[in-house]
Amino acid sequence: MDLYEHQGKDLFARHGIALADREVATTPQEAAEAAVRLGGHVAVKVQVQMGGRGKGGGVALVHSPEEAEHEARRMLEGGFKGSRVTRVLVERLVDIAAQYYAAISLDRSVGSYLAMVSNEGGVDIETVARESPDAIRRLHVDAVLGLRPYQARRLAGHLPPEAREGSADLLRKMYSVLAEADATLVEVNPFVLLTDGTVMALDAKVTVDDNALFRQPEAAALKDSFPIDPVERRAKDAGLQYVKLDGEVGIIGNGAGLVMSTLDVVDRAGARAANFLDVGGGARADLIATSLEVILSDPKVRSVLINIFGGITRCDLVAKGVLEALRRVTPEVPLVVRLDGTNAEEGRAILADANHPSIVAASTMLEAAQRAADLAHAGAA
Amino acid sequence: MAILIDERTRVVVAGLTGSEGTFHSLRNRAYGTDVVAGVTPGKGGQDVEGIPVFDTVEDAVEATGANTSLIFVPARFAAEAIYEAADAELDLIVCITEGIPVRDMAQVGSYLRGRSAALVGPNCPGVISPGRCNVGIIPGEICTPGRVGLVSRSGTLTYQIVYELTQRGIGQSTCVGMGGDPVHGIGFIEALERFEADDETDLVVMIGEIGGDDEERAARFIDDWVTKPVVGYIAGFTAPVGKRMGHAGAIITGSSGTAQGKADALEAAGVRVGRTPAEVGELVQAALT
Repeated sequence: MDLYEHQGKDLFARHGIALADREVATTPQEAAEAAVRLGGHVAVKVQVQMGGRGKGGGVALVHSPEEAEHEARRMLEGGFKGSRVTRVLVERLVDIAAQYYAAISLDRSVGSYLAMVSNEGGVDIETVARESPDAIRRLHVDAVLGLRPYQARRLAGHLPPEAREGSADLLRKMYSVLAEADATLVEVNPFVLLTDGTVMALDAKVTVDDNALFRQPEAAALKDSFPIDPVERRAKDAGLQYVKLDGEVGIIGNGAGLVMSTLDVVDRAGARAANFLDVGGGARADLIATSLEVILSDPKVRSVLINIFGGITRCDLVAKGVLEALRRVTPEVPLVVRLDGTNAEEGRAILADANHPSIVAASTMLEAAQRAADLAHAGAA
Repeated sequence: MAILIDERTRVVVAGLTGSEGTFHSLRNRAYGTDVVAGVTPGKGGQDVEGIPVFDTVEDAVEATGANTSLIFVPARFAAEAIYEAADAELDLIVCITEGIPVRDMAQVGSYLRGRSAALVGPNCPGVISPGRCNVGIIPGEICTPGRVGLVSRSGTLTYQIVYELTQRGIGQSTCVGMGGDPVHGIGFIEALERFEADDETDLVVMIGEIGGDDEERAARFIDDWVTKPVVGYIAGFTAPVGKRMGHAGAIITGSSGTAQGKADALEAAGVRVGRTPAEVGELVQAALT
C-alpha cells in the first residue's frame, strides 16, 4: 500500500525527521487559508499514489494565498495523470543549499534491505542509476541487525562534509520508520541541506507491506483514504484477487499463475483479457456468482472464459458452482468453461446434462481461449 | 534419489490440528508419506487419526525422529514456526502459509543463513517426489513418477504443466513449488543445482512469472553450471506495469521484471521457453526424444 506524501511525513515526524511546516487541504479555500498561516510562500503538492509529480505539474511553487488557491483548484478539479485528486499538501518554502536522494527498500534478489544515497536529488533515480551510476552509493542492511551507525556513516560519506552528520541521522531514522511501519520502501527525493545547515526531508514515499496490515492498525485505517473503483472494491470485499484490464474477454480462474497464463493464452488467440480474476481455491458457487457479477459489470466484455484446473478443488463441485451461479446471474454473453484435473469428467458431464444456453464447454486451455476469443469477436460484430 | 524428499522423509506438521493442516496431512499420509508427528502448542498428548501431537518441534523430533517440517500455521505465527523448526535442526522446512509479512521473512532469511535447514516457500504448494513422498498440497493424482524435475513460483499453473507432462506420459522426479512471495527460501538456482546433481533427473522445467529477477539470475546460473536441458515458461506477458497480479511477488516495477525480459534472458542461456503450458509439454517431449 503506497501512502500519500502527507501520511508518510506524519510517520517521519513521529520519528524525529526534520520537515517543513505543512498542512493538508481538501478544497482551494483551505489551501489559501493554509498558505496564509504558512507565510504565503509555499509549495502546493498534489497527493497521489504515484511518482513523477514534479515533471507532471503536480508541484507548484507559489508566493501568495491567491496563487495557492488557484493551483489547488487546478489540481483538485483537474486530477493528476488521469487519477482523481482529493487533497493537496501546502508546505512552507525553505532555503535550499543542496539536494540529495535517499532510499531504503526491499531487495528481492538478496531477500533483505538495500539502502542508497545519491548526491543528485530531485531527479528520477532510475535515470541517475543508468547515466551516472557513480552518483549512487548502496549497501545492504541485515533485517535482524538493522541499519548500523557505521553503515549510515559510510552512506553519508558519499555526500559533502557539511551534509554528512545530518544525513547519517536521517538515514537511521528512515530505517526506524521502515522497521516500525513494516514498510518495503522508504524513499526521500529530495532531501535537502538548508542554508542554515539543517538536513530536511522535502518528500516522503512510503510503501507499507499489505501482508503486515494486521499488525499495523494505523496504516490499515488509512486504506479508506485512497480512491478505489467500486467494482474493485466489491471484488476485494468478496476476497477475490481482481485487476481491471481493458480487453473484451472476461477471465475467471483459480490460482494467480494460472490466471496470468490464461490472459497470455487469450492474447495469443487474438483477443484481449478484460480482467485478471483469481477466484482462489474451493471455487464455491457464491464466489463464482460474485465473480461473474464483477466481470459482467464491465460493458466491454463480449465473452467470459472460466478456466479451472482442479487440484484439491474438485471439478464436479466447480461445475455445480457454475450452474448455481447462473441461477443468480443471467449473462448476456457466452461463457466458455474449461475444467481439467481432479474429477474433470464428472464436471464436464454435469455441465453437458444441464445444457445451459450460455455455457460453451471446452476441453483444453488452448481450445477454451480460442473459443472465448472467437465469441468475443463475433459478439462485437 | 529425487531431490529434497524421498522415502527417508519423516514429516512433523506445524498446525496439524487446524482444518487445513489435518486435511492435507492425511492426504500426504494416504499418498505414502511418513507423517510422524504434529505440533500445536497446548495440545501435546492428543493425536489426529493416530498422528501424535506435541507441544514443541523439539519434543516431536525426540519422540519420532522427524527430519522435515511442514507448516500450515496462520501468517502471524509462521515465522515463529520456521525458527522453531530450524532450531530443532530439521533438514527441510516446507512452509505453505500465505500472507507472511516481508519483514518477518527477511529476518528468517538472515537467521537461516549458515544453518543446515533448507526452506521451501512460503506461499507455496509444497514438494512432491511422485510415487514416493508428498509434503504439501500438490494433488498426487496428477503426477506420475519419472525423470523430469520441475520448479515453479506458482500453484495451479504448476499443476497445469505437470498435467501436460503426465498426459504425454512424461513422469517427474520431484516437483518443487518455491512460492509466489518476494522473499522466499529455495529458488530456481538452488533447485537447478540439486536437479543437476540428481542422477534420477534428466531435464528440468522451470516455471516463472513477472516480478523480481529470480529468472534472470537463474539464466546466468544455467549458462555457467547446468548441463542438463532446461525448458521454461513465464506467466504474465500481458500483465500491466505496476499492478500486483495475485501473488505478492508478481508485479512489474518500472522496466524490470517483465515476462519478455525473463524469456529473453532464459533463451540467451539456451533454455527453450514455451509460450503456452501445452507448448512446454511439447518442448519437453521433443527434448527427451
